[in-house]
Parts: sequence; structure tokens; C-alpha cells
Amino acid sequence: METNNVNMDDQKQDATKSPSGFSIIWREFIKDKVALISLIFLVILTTLVYGVSLFLNQEEIVRVDLFAIHEPPSEEFILGTDYGGRDVFGQLIIGTRNSLSIGILVTLATGIIGVVYGVVAGYFGGQIDNVLMRILDFFLILPMIMTVIVFVTLVPDYGVITFSFIMTMFLWMGIARLIRSRALQEKELDYIQASKTLGSSHTKIIFTQLLPNITSLIVVTMTLNLAANIGLESGLSFLGFGFPESTPSLGTLLSYARNPQTLEFRWWIWLPAAILIFVLMLAVRNVGEALKRAADARQRRG
Amino acid sequence: MWKFIVRRLIITFPQLVVLSVLVFLAAQFMPGDALTGSIGNPNITAEQLEQRREALGLNDPWYVRYGDWVSGVVQGDLGESYRFKMPVTELIGQRIVNSFWLSVVTLIFTYIIAVPLGILSGRYNDSLLDQSITGYTYVGFATPLFIFALVMLWIFGYQFGWFPTNGSVEPGLTPGTFDYVLSKLYHLILPGISMALIATVNTVQYLRSEIIDTKQRDFIITARAKGAPESRVYNRHILRNSLLPIAAFFGFEITGLIGGTIFVETIFSYPGMGQLFLESVTLRDFSTLVSVVLLFGVTAIGGALLSDIILSLVDPRIRIK
Repeated sequence: METNNVNMDDQKQDATKSPSGFSIIWREFIKDKVALISLIFLVILTTLVYGVSLFLNQEEIVRVDLFAIHEPPSEEFILGTDYGGRDVFGQLIIGTRNSLSIGILVTLATGIIGVVYGVVAGYFGGQIDNVLMRILDFFLILPMIMTVIVFVTLVPDYGVITFSFIMTMFLWMGIARLIRSRALQEKELDYIQASKTLGSSHTKIIFTQLLPNITSLIVVTMTLNLAANIGLESGLSFLGFGFPESTPSLGTLLSYARNPQTLEFRWWIWLPAAILIFVLMLAVRNVGEALKRAADARQRRG
Repeated sequence: MWKFIVRRLIITFPQLVVLSVLVFLAAQFMPGDALTGSIGNPNITAEQLEQRREALGLNDPWYVRYGDWVSGVVQGDLGESYRFKMPVTELIGQRIVNSFWLSVVTLIFTYIIAVPLGILSGRYNDSLLDQSITGYTYVGFATPLFIFALVMLWIFGYQFGWFPTNGSVEPGLTPGTFDYVLSKLYHLILPGISMALIATVNTVQYLRSEIIDTKQRDFIITARAKGAPESRVYNRHILRNSLLPIAAFFGFEITGLIGGTIFVETIFSYPGMGQLFLESVTLRDFSTLVSVVLLFGVTAIGGALLSDIILSLVDPRIRIK
């Protein structure tokens, strides 16, 4: 906080220097209290979940205890137990960790594929662009959720890694398309044309000029994708085609609610997970929207 | 105009072929087949199983089976479901009616909610009303459909008991009677409204920005300058121009429903296509699975096609391209 104020003072004295990316983002968050609260919430939640789960033993928590089936919340079990006598609160913490981890993993993987694909298609254009876009169109016509479910049942030794791989396989198209159209616009601009005229190599132009100029778009898209991916993972786990029960996630906790008895009478099993997913997605989205405004000078509030 | 539609249809055809090949191949690679359940049955020996596999054509190479299957599909024969013990066409026929009505009810609710909200929000932009509508779309955009539907079912289905919690109709009623239709409608309301409240979000946002955009156009200023009353300006000039793009999104709305039905039909135990899809995956009923996915795919492609056609009718610039 203090260091930033110093920075801002510096800027006032030196008007010719444009504010750095971080100070723009910081100012945006200061202006938008909801986004700031969301960011703080996310930081606290992440540290808490990853920190506490270090002391929790996943095998211990998912072990079936037949003497404690469907216990309502009590002092021993803060959020009660599920049909296997497993502590819901422990599952909630580990589940949040697992959901966050896979969300981040899939977002990063789709982001990398999408950016490489989009930049290659957009920057080089012509025939390459044509071929790459036809392949992308082919992926786009697949009904995504159904394809993922079919593939999940298809994989022989199914686990967390294969699950994230399958999700990545069918989720990279959106960001690839976005980056491509931006790269198409960007490469026509003077700074890249000038660089080409001066004889810079394609690699140099892409890494030192094109990529830095589309970073904000990449960051914003990936933040918003993170929210969507967390939702999708929990949705698939809810249907029973995501995480296996031995690896709790927010979605597996929700999937207990597919049993009408649990849905009606044992709210402590599924409702906390439902609220957590909702709050988590909303918070990530708030942060993403603030970043989006920071990236576009016309929309900035700060 | 026709040239555009024909060209668009020609692009659709290879999409269908690719989709069908892929779905068919994926189903072939699934572990186990329709007879796996019979393994270990003391009344059937391994040889008999092998014979039945041979008789059903399960041992042919995939392209032969694909050819058989496609020629069947073209003639309207989707094969036999080994698990449900009936022709797939009949099985789908039972379910698709339910899904169809669910979609219709959802779409009706979607537009009943979205159009007034979008208009109000666009007309009185930056007012308190607009801010709360924008807030609703913002939250609705971040809420996963299945969580919302689950909470709706919990509150209105179980806690208040206002709506039925499963099925598509009260058991014991004779089809065709007035009570039967009424019961069907009653079962549709909660799932339909749950899906609609989430699906409206895009339309509301789009309509709002469209109206705000149109409000500042020259022809609106002209209309006002000529002394047209405010209601006429909105109803005749602004709405007409803003609603057309919304009409074009109708097709995409249909495509969007597909993913939603899988979740909503599971949550409300509603016997439709989405539930049939999950059942056929779980039971490894390939002939049903392949047909269901193909039908969903065709619907999705058809929805996109419909949108493109409406869009080209509304906006001539697209046709030229």
C-alpha cells in the first residue's frame, strides 16, 4: 500500500513516464471495492485451503466409517458426515483444493495451447491460418459436455491427470479463436510492420512485440476461463463423470445431492459446496472483470 | 438469398459426416460391449457369446459396421437397444417428446423474462432499475446452471413443496385427458424456469446494449425532432431495430439448451434425451448412445444454421460475404 502511494507520487512528478501495468491494475482494484474484496477473499481462501490440506490426510478423510453415517453437524463433525461416514468439512477443504488445482491446471494448459495456436494462425495467416481454422471449426461442432463424458468413460485407467487432459482437449478453442483474431489485427499495425521492414525475425517479433501487446488479453481471458473451468469441473463431477469419489472435489460433494433423500434432508453435505462454488466463481469473475477494465483505457475506473 | 442458404447447407453436410464418424468411433473404443453383461452368466458359454457377437456383426471391422449403421440411419433405422430391449427409434421417440416440450417451455420463459428486462434496462439505463437488472445478469452469468437448478428444486420442490420433484407426469393418468396435459405442464414449470433464469442473461445484456446503441442513432433523433411521442419512438423505431438481432440469436439459444438439458433432466429426474444420454453411457448401450449424441449434434448444427439464416435475412451485409 505504502510503496504504491510512493509510486503514484513519483508519477505525478514525472508526467512523461506512463504508469506501469501493476499500478494501473492496483488503481483499478482500489476503485472497485467488490473486486478488491473478491481478490482478498481468493487469496485467503487459497492459502487456507492449500495450507490446511497439508495437515489433512486425504486417505484418512475418504475412509469409510460405518458408525458415523449421515451424522448431522456436531462438534466432532462441523459439517456432519456423508453416506460413508466421511467428514464433510474435511472433504470440503480438500475438495476446494482439488477443484482449484484442476481449474488452474486446465486453464493454464488450454491457455498455452490456445495462445500458441492463435498466434501462429493469426500472425502467419494465409494458408496456415486456413488449415488451422478448419481444424478448430471441427472441434467446435462437437457437443462439448457430451464429448467429454464419452471420452471419460472411454479412458481405461481413469484419474485426475487423464481427466484434466480430456478437459483440455475440448476447451482450448475459445481462447485460440480470440487470440487469433487479435493477432490478425495486431500484425497489420505499424510497429510490427516497421519491425518487419527492419528485418527482425518472426520469432523476435512474436516474442518481443506481439506477445507483450496481447498479454493483457491473455491474462483477462484466462482469469475468466478459470471461473468457467471450475464450474465445468464441478458440473461433470456432479454428473459422476469427473473426479472419482476417492478424490473429493466440490463437484463430488454436490453429486451426493443426486440422491433425493440427501437433497431434501441432509443439506449439510451439498449446500456448503454449492455456496462455495458460487462464491468462488463470482469472486474469480469479479477479479477478471476488474482486470478487463484495467486492460482497456476507455473502461478504467481508476 | 437462396444462394447463401444453399452454400451454408453444403458446409453443414461434412460437419455431420465428421460428427457421425467420430461419435461412432468413440463408441467402438468404449470398454465392454452390449454382451459384456452376459459374461459369467452360467447359462451362456463363451462360444455362444462369440457366436452371438458374430451374428450381431460385432466382430466386423469398424468401417463395415459404420457403413451398416449409416445405411440404417438413412432409412430411419437407428438399430436395436440391447439394454432397453427395444428399437432405438422407439426409445428416442418416447424421450424426445419430453425434451422437446421442456425446450419449448424454457424458450417461452426465457423470452418472457428477457425481453421486458432488456427493454427496461436499456430504456432507463443507469437508473436504479437498470443497475439491479444488470446486477442480476452479472450474478446469473457466474452461476452454474446445475447449482441453481439444484437449489431451486430444494427450495420450491422440497422445502415448500409447490412443485413435483421428479418425472414428467403424475403416474396413473391416462394420456390425452385434460388432467394429463395439466400434470405435464406442472412438471415442466420448475425445470423450465430454472433453465430460463440462467439462459436469459445473455439476451438481456445483448438487448440492453443494443437499445442503448440504437437510442443514439440519427434516425431516432430525427423521429424525436419530428415530434413523435416517446412511446412511438420506443415501440416503432428503437424496438424494431433492436429486436431483430435477438431473433437471430434464437438458433444459438437452442444450441445452448443442449448442455443444459443434461444437467436439468438429471436433477429433476425428467425422462428426456439428456437423461437417456447419461443412461446409455453408464449402461454402455452403444446403439442408443451414438444415436442420441448424433441427434444432439444435429440439433446444435441446425441451431447454428438457423441463426445464420435469420441473421442473413436481418442483416444483408452477411450475405455478401
